[in-house]
Amino acid sequence: MKRLELKSSEFRRERQATWTELEHLIDRVDAQGLASLSPEQVSRLPLLYRATLSSLSVAKAISLDRNLLVYLEALSTRAYLCLYGSRASLFEALGHFFLTSLPAAVRDARWYLFISIAILLSGMVTGLWLTLVEPDYFYTFVPESLVQGRSPVSSNEALREPLYRGVSASEEVTLFASFLFTHNAEIGILCFTLGLALGLPTLVLLFTNGLTLGAFIALYVSRDMGIELSAWLFVHGTTELLAVALCGAGGLLLGSSLLFPGRHDRLATLARQGRKAAVIAIGAVVLFFIAALLEGIARQAISEPSLRFLIGGLCLAAWAAYFALVGRGKDVPRNG
Amino acid sequence: MASRSAPVDHNERGRLARQIATPEGVPITATLASRGERAIAFGIDLGIIFVSLAILWVLLILQGGIFDGFALAATLLVSFAVRSFYFAFFELRWRGATPGKRMLNLRVVDREGGPLVPAAVLGRNLMREVEVFLPLSFLLMPNQSGDQDWAVTLAFLWIGLFGLLPLFNRDNMRAGDLVAGTWVIVIPKQALLRDLATAHVQKSDAEEAYRFTQVQLEIYGVYELQVLEEVLRDAGPRSAANRQAVAESIQKKIGFQPPAGVAFEPVKFLESFYKAQRKRLESDIVVRGRRRKSKHDR
Repeated sequence: MKRLELKSSEFRRERQATWTELEHLIDRVDAQGLASLSPEQVSRLPLLYRATLSSLSVAKAISLDRNLLVYLEALSTRAYLCLYGSRASLFEALGHFFLTSLPAAVRDARWYLFISIAILLSGMVTGLWLTLVEPDYFYTFVPESLVQGRSPVSSNEALREPLYRGVSASEEVTLFASFLFTHNAEIGILCFTLGLALGLPTLVLLFTNGLTLGAFIALYVSRDMGIELSAWLFVHGTTELLAVALCGAGGLLLGSSLLFPGRHDRLATLARQGRKAAVIAIGAVVLFFIAALLEGIARQAISEPSLRFLIGGLCLAAWAAYFALVGRGKDVPRNG
Repeated sequence: MASRSAPVDHNERGRLARQIATPEGVPITATLASRGERAIAFGIDLGIIFVSLAILWVLLILQGGIFDGFALAATLLVSFAVRSFYFAFFELRWRGATPGKRMLNLRVVDREGGPLVPAAVLGRNLMREVEVFLPLSFLLMPNQSGDQDWAVTLAFLWIGLFGLLPLFNRDNMRAGDLVAGTWVIVIPKQALLRDLATAHVQKSDAEEAYRFTQVQLEIYGVYELQVLEEVLRDAGPRSAANRQAVAESIQKKIGFQPPAGVAFEPVKFLESFYKAQRKRLESDIVVRGRRRKSKHDR
């Protein structure tokens, strides 16, 4: 009977053991995870996958057995998902993120970062100037929820008091810090994701945040407390405003890849830049977290303005060094 | 670019399918998850988030932690982390699946065929903020900012567009998929069944009884062969009657007569014919490089 066997049946008889072995391994990974395989099995997995892929391409060329084709296609897909589903452990991914991806992505997007810092600052200057000229603008620029008893009608003492209010109980400090963090991080993420709306909402958010800040500064400057307020803001503000600017940079990156896709088509550009922007936004969340700690703890503990300036300045220098230098040279971003 | 150049095509069950170019160079065809499947998976995940956060806060209140600064702070942080990173956490750990996706057999894959990198997972899930949570907060807390009504409505519509994005493209991609360059596919399941060309018919009497001339094997093409395969594999209640009918119609079409003294057995006839036809079509492909797609393909 041998002479009557089909080429495709012979092919199947020879390769079938490989497929079945791969299928068993993948069933096991799906049910119990990769850790349930022995080291030999883990090293077999890519070999079996490649063998099955080559079986698939041979089968497509010579076999008309549809069940076989569908089976091989499904098996290859599952093996592909198993091998390429994710690249690294969470720990490795985090290490790679902070030592390579994040600084590289920020360096890549530096012009967007400079633009969003410029917008933020120009908002601040506008707010400062307008409010100095006409104090009533304060009510336009500062949302009610942020006023908290500080307005042009407040007395000097009422304005100064929050700058030096030490929160005594440490648990209150933690609560305060965690509230600040979640609140700011959510705004930052919003600033980033709205970049998809062609970047316009991001620009508006950056500018209005600057306006609010400027109006506050103007209020204190008009009472000759500008330096004291700046010191108070500087402790965490350098980190926090940098985080806002980073989110803005991520958002602008998204918006610009839609508006100016360059050589590739829009979807491809968006997919490539989007990952970079997401890395920047996650980095910004970390910065928000650190800013909240500075704001909740360091600022309450230290009331000497010069020390406050020093801490804020050191933070700024540290961030600049981190983003400019870490992982330099081994760039070629791997999007990860 | 895969999503553009890959034609909109359908798999054998008529569902949307896309080619994924594996790094090994062999393309594999994957079935795209439907909008319904994705909505259900998302609903399950949202339910899990909601229930776990509800339990967390109820516990906090029952323990009197609402007056305890540390406990309250920790709960706030945990809530933020759960809401923002639930999806990313699971998609990183479970190779592109969340609990909801796992229940529906869905997976996230890279559109270009590369590995699913952490940045893509983070990116596609951060976008949920603008797709879902932001419009939701507009609905739940209308006009807290004191802005004009029309401005709020306009903003809501503008942002709502992102949530509806999956309805407006052929790949069922949401904004997060666009940003991260991903697709959501269905994990295929197919058992390997017996090879119809090797089983049963290797008896010599059957081979003697059912021989086909080259002319008889020139009538049908690949499509008919694979329909016949389905008929032979079918184990449903009407399969026997079905095979009888198909056997008779093929016999008539190709003008086959069993040799004298041999009874016509439909299943044996079909299996012999399947094997002979497959051998003929496969050798046409291999030897002559010609693939006859169907009986209309001349």
